Amino acid sequence: MNYSIAIYGGPYGHQASHSAYHFAQAVLAKGHHIQRVFFYHDGVYNASALVSPPQDEVNLPQQWQQLANTHQFELTVCIAAAVRRGVLDANEARRYQKPAANLAEGYQLSGLGQLIDASLESDRLISFGP
Amino acid sequence: MSDLETSQQDNQILVIFRKAPAGSAWAREALDLALVGAAFGQKVSLLFMGDGVFQLLEQQNPKLIGQKGTQAMMQALPMYEIDNLYVEGHSLVERGLDLEQLAVNCQVLNADEMPKLLQQHQQVFNF
Repeated sequence: MNYSIAIYGGPYGHQASHSAYHFAQAVLAKGHHIQRVFFYHDGVYNASALVSPPQDEVNLPQQWQQLANTHQFELTVCIAAAVRRGVLDANEARRYQKPAANLAEGYQLSGLGQLIDASLESDRLISFGP
Repeated sequence: MSDLETSQQDNQILVIFRKAPAGSAWAREALDLALVGAAFGQKVSLLFMGDGVFQLLEQQNPKLIGQKGTQAMMQALPMYEIDNLYVEGHSLVERGLDLEQLAVNCQVLNADEMPKLLQQHQQVFNF
């Protein structure tokens, strides 16, 4: 089956992303396919390259990168929600004349339409959020 | 017979609003998703329940808390052909509200009509 996942919670302050990560692992272990993970609302903080937890704690942005890289699925971040919250790629940093960009490698900013698209194109869209 | 019985065959997306319009970005970002869905050519319906019913009230003043609010977007719904707005009746009663206080026209649904509404939509986004 073809799955997409929507994440609405940040990487540290809320369980959503961690639960979603476990769900993604379970889906893949069962031989299913993941098309896209979409980050919306405070979920966009998962895409910050600056997330720096202590070494003995999970680094969700990094774990998502690795899983997506291994299994070749998209990590798509809502651009409107991200830019408002200070998660910018190089293009947006230039556009808004900010001193730095902080979108982590492997993530891409895109429109909210990608969440609608995921709901239409995937067999299942599973949401994780507060 | 309610609209629920007759006109929903082609509906695709249901967006559920459960959070109050102040205190978080949920109301605004849920509405953004509804508008984008409609812009993508999908038929979108909205359901307001729980504290989400406060989003329907007239005479909100979000400027006082530094927010834009969603009222302007709510008034623009017909332009996006989002015509099916539902409100869960018990949520209104629990909060001492009635239909006259709402800024937009909504169809009142009871709890026992919810399963049917959910079944009639292929995609449900719950905020």
